[in-house]
Amino acid sequence: MTAAVVAAPADPRPRVPTRRTTELLLLVLAVLIAAFGYADVGWAIDGRVPAGTGEYAAGLGGMALLAHLAVRLRARYADPLLLPLAVLLNGLGLVVIYRLDRATGTSSAPSQLLWSGLGVLLFIAVVVLLRDYRVLQRYAYVFAFGSIVLMIIPVFLPAVYGAKIWIKAGPLSFQPGEVAKIALAVFFASYLASNRDALALTGRRIWRIELPRGRDLGPVLVIWLVSSGVLFLEQDLGTCLIFFGLFVMMLYVATGRSGWIAVGLLLVGLAIVPVALFEPHVHSRFTDWLDPMRSITAGQGAGQLAQSLFAFAAGGLLGTGLGQGHSYLIGFAVKSDWILATFGEELGLVGLAALLLLYAVLVVRGYRAGIMLRDPFGRLLSIGLASLLALQVFVVAAGVTDLIPLTGMTMPFLAQGGSSLVTNWILVALLVRTSDAARRPELPPAPPPALPAAPASDAGPASDGADGADDEPTQGVPKV
Amino acid sequence: MSPFRRGTGHGTGRGSERGSAEQAAGAARLTLSRTARRSGLFCLLLVPVLLVNLSRVQVVQAGHYNDNPANQRALLARYAQPRGDIVVDGSSVTGSRATGGYFDYVRTYTDGPLYAPVTGLSSQTYGNTLLEGVEDGVLSGTDSRLAVHPLLNAVTREQVPGGKVITTINAKAQQAAFAGLGGKRGAVAAIEPATGRILALASTPSYDPGSVAGTGPTVAANWANLTGSATAPMLNRALRQTYPPGSTFKLVTASAGLTAGVYSGIDVPTDSPDPYTPSDTTVPITNESAADPCLNATLRVALEVSCNTVYGKLGDDVGEAGMVRMAQAYGFNQTSQTIPVGVAESVFPTGLTGHALLALSSIGQYDTAATPLQMAEVGAAIADNGTLMRPQLVSSLTRADGTTVQSFAPKVFGHPVTAAVAAELQQMMVGVVSDPLGTGGNAAIPGVTVGGKTGTAQNGVGNSGTPYAWFVCWARPSGDAVAPVAVAVVIEDSNANRADVSGGGLAAPVAREVMQAVLNG
Repeated sequence: MTAAVVAAPADPRPRVPTRRTTELLLLVLAVLIAAFGYADVGWAIDGRVPAGTGEYAAGLGGMALLAHLAVRLRARYADPLLLPLAVLLNGLGLVVIYRLDRATGTSSAPSQLLWSGLGVLLFIAVVVLLRDYRVLQRYAYVFAFGSIVLMIIPVFLPAVYGAKIWIKAGPLSFQPGEVAKIALAVFFASYLASNRDALALTGRRIWRIELPRGRDLGPVLVIWLVSSGVLFLEQDLGTCLIFFGLFVMMLYVATGRSGWIAVGLLLVGLAIVPVALFEPHVHSRFTDWLDPMRSITAGQGAGQLAQSLFAFAAGGLLGTGLGQGHSYLIGFAVKSDWILATFGEELGLVGLAALLLLYAVLVVRGYRAGIMLRDPFGRLLSIGLASLLALQVFVVAAGVTDLIPLTGMTMPFLAQGGSSLVTNWILVALLVRTSDAARRPELPPAPPPALPAAPASDAGPASDGADGADDEPTQGVPKV
Repeated sequence: MSPFRRGTGHGTGRGSERGSAEQAAGAARLTLSRTARRSGLFCLLLVPVLLVNLSRVQVVQAGHYNDNPANQRALLARYAQPRGDIVVDGSSVTGSRATGGYFDYVRTYTDGPLYAPVTGLSSQTYGNTLLEGVEDGVLSGTDSRLAVHPLLNAVTREQVPGGKVITTINAKAQQAAFAGLGGKRGAVAAIEPATGRILALASTPSYDPGSVAGTGPTVAANWANLTGSATAPMLNRALRQTYPPGSTFKLVTASAGLTAGVYSGIDVPTDSPDPYTPSDTTVPITNESAADPCLNATLRVALEVSCNTVYGKLGDDVGEAGMVRMAQAYGFNQTSQTIPVGVAESVFPTGLTGHALLALSSIGQYDTAATPLQMAEVGAAIADNGTLMRPQLVSSLTRADGTTVQSFAPKVFGHPVTAAVAAELQQMMVGVVSDPLGTGGNAAIPGVTVGGKTGTAQNGVGNSGTPYAWFVCWARPSGDAVAPVAVAVVIEDSNANRADVSGGGLAAPVAREVMQAVLNG
C-alpha cells in the first residue's frame, strides 16, 4: 500500500501501512457484489435488470464512501476488513429483503435502506466523535442502568408478536434489548477490566471450585441477573441467552476460570428445564425443536420451522439462484427471524458457507484487535463485541436449522429490522475504533506493538517469550 | 490439568492473593492473552458446527424434506411453467394460462368436452387422469429424457419445458363420434386396424376438464357437480366402462366356431333348433322374433338376422375352453391393458358351470362384458385379416421444440383367427349391412365395403335396466387391402327395447359418420 504510506510521509511515527486503499477497493467490491445480487433478483423474476439497481448501488455505495471517509479521517489505522464486511453483509441483506418483497408483495427494502443509512450515520458519529474508546469505561454504570431502564419500559407496554420487547412510537418500533447488548458489553468489559485481578486471584475455595468474593463479582452479577430477569419477564429468551453467553465468555476471558463456566452452564441448564416445560411460548419452541414435523403429523400443515427446513433442503448444495426459491412459504417474519432460510434456499450450502465465513472473518478481526490491544478494557470490549456477534450468528443459524430451539433473534446485518441493524453498525464502529487503537503505531521511542506472534496458545511455559511481549507496561493506545 | 485451576501454569498459584501486585498483574495479563485466544477459537469452532448441521439439512436429509407431502415446492415447480400440450392432428387441444395467483399456470382445454376422454384432466386440486396422468412426466417437464443437457440442468436447475404428447386421434373422426352421440349417453371407439392406432375415443355426456383445472371454491363446486351427477360425465365410457356386448359378441363366437371347425363353412346349414333349450335347463333361448329364419340357419344368415339360438348353441358346441381361448385371443380377460392409458378389463367368464350359461355368454349376455374399445378391437382384427394390433393412443412424445423423445411403432397383439376365417367373417359382416335381411343397413356407405354387426344387450335384474344398443363395424374402400377404420359404438338408451333394430337404428348411424369422416380424410 504505497499510497497509504506516501499519504503520511512526514509522520515521525514508524511507518505502519494504514490499509485505507485496501479498504476502499474492498468496499467497491462489496458494493458491486450487492448490486449484482440486486440485479440478479430482478433478472430472475422479471427477466430484466430492475430499474432501481443504479439507485440501490448508489445508495449503498454512497453510504460506504461516507463511512470510508470517516474512517480515513479519524481512524486511519483501523482494520481494513471491518467496514467492507459490514457493507457487504448489509448489502446482501437488502438484496434478500428486496427479493422477499417481490415474493410477498410488500415493500420493506426502502425502509431497510433508510435504516442502513441511519446505521451508517451512527457508525460515522461513533468513529468521528468517540476519539478514544476508553471514555466509555467511565460511563460503564450509566450504560448498564440506562439499558436496564430501557429494557424495563416494554414490560408496561402491550406484547407484540408474543414478546414484550418493543417500544412502539407511531410507525417506528424499537427494540431496547438490541442496544442493551452493546451497553452491557461495555459494562462487562469495564467492570472486568478493573476487577479481573481480584476476581482471578482471590476467593474462597469450596470443594474444588474457587468462588470469588461477593464484592468482586457482585455488581456484574447483579446487572446481568436484573437484565436477564427483565428479558425473562418480557419473554425475550433469545437475548437472555446471548447475555448469558456474553457474560460467561467475558468472565472466562478476564479471569481464566473455566470452572465458573461449568457452574454457570449447569445452573442455566437447570433453569431452562422448568421454563421449557411450563412456559407455553418457550415450550412450543422446544417441542418444535424436538420434532419440527409435529404439526404435519398432526394434520395442521407445515409449521415455520418445518418450512424453514424445507427451504434449506430445497437449496441443497448450490441453491436455486436468487429470486428462484420459495422461502416465502415460511410466512411470518420471513425477512427477519427466518431470513437465513432464503439464503439457504437460493444460495445453497456453498453460499451459506461463504456467508458464515464473512461473519467468521468479522469476528476474528474483532478478536485480533482485542488481542493486539494491551489496554484490558479495550481488549475485553473488542472480544466481547466480537463474541456477541459470533454468539448471535450461531444462535440464529442453529435455531432456524433445528440444531437448537428457536430463539427469535435476528441475523446481524441481514435481517429486516432497524434496531438490530443500527446496533450492529455501532458495534462495528466500536471495533473500528479499537482496531485503530490496536494498530496505531506507538509514539517514539516506544517500539511498534508487535503483532501477536501467534504461538500455539496452549504451549504453556514454552510460550513465555512470546507472552513476555505483553508484559510491556506501555499501552497500545495513544494518550488523548 | 483440572478445569478449575487457572488457565495458566504461570504465576504463583492459589496462594498469590497475598502476593506482590506485579506478580498478580502479570499472571492475570498472561491469562487474558491466552483465554482470549481460546475464546476466539471457540467462536470459530461454531462455524464448522453450523456447517455440519447445514450439510445434514441441505444434503443428507434434503431428499427426505423435499419429498415431504407438506412441502409445496414440488407443486409450485410443477405449475411454474406452462404444461406441455396434447396434440391431435397437428394442433394442440390443450393450453396453459397464467393465473397471477398462487400457482403460476393453470391448464386450459381448447375443446374440453370433445377431447376429455382422450386428454383426461390435469387439475391443481384433483390430480391428473388419462393421458394427463400417464404422460405427466413428459407434460410437466420432469421426465429425465426431456433434458438435452441433464448435467448442466442439474447445476443450473433450469426447468425443462414440458414436452408434447402426440396422439393418434383423428380430429374429424373424433368430432363425428362426439356429434353423433349428441345428447345420448354412450361411447365410440375407432381404430385403424392395420396399426392399432386409435382414431376416435368419445364418451357422452362429457365435461370440460378446464372447469376443474384450477383451485378455489368455483372449482370445488364444479367438481362436486360433476362427481355428484347421476349421468357420470367424468366416466370414460369408451375405456373404463364395460357393457354386456350382446349380439356383437357373436363375432367372437363365430370365430371360435369356424376355427374349431364345428361347421365347414358359413353357408352350411347349422344344426340349430328354434327355440334352443340347452341340455341343463328348461328355459329356452329364443330369437327377437319367431318369424326370423333361424331354424338350422347358416352362420351367414344367422349373423345377418342375429339368431340367438344358432350362436348360443354354437358356443356350447365349441365348448368352454374354445370360447375362452378365442375371447382371450381377441383381448378379453386382460387385467392390465394400457394404451398407455389403463383400460378396464373386458370379461368372458371362465369356470362356467353349465351349458346354459355358456350359451348365454356366447351371445354376449350373462357375465360377458366388454368396453367399446374391446369391441372395436374385435372388428379391427377381423378387418385386418385376423391380426389384432395393440391399440395405441400415443404416436410419439416430443420435447417442447418438437424433437422426438420416443415414438411408438405398431405392435402385434396376436392372431385370433386365420386369414381364411377372417375373410369368412368379413363376408358375413358385409351381409349384415348390405343384405336386405341384415340388421345393419343404416351403416351402409355408397361405394365402400362396410361390414358390421348390431347388438342390443339386456341389462339388469329381469332385464329391467337400460338396454345397450351396439354397433361394431369397419369400412374398406375398393382397392384397399385392409379397412382403414374399425368402429364400435355403444348407446345406453331406454327406448332401445326393440332388440337388434335399435343397435342398427341408434348406433349404426353414429358409426357410419365416424367411418365416413375417416374415409374422407
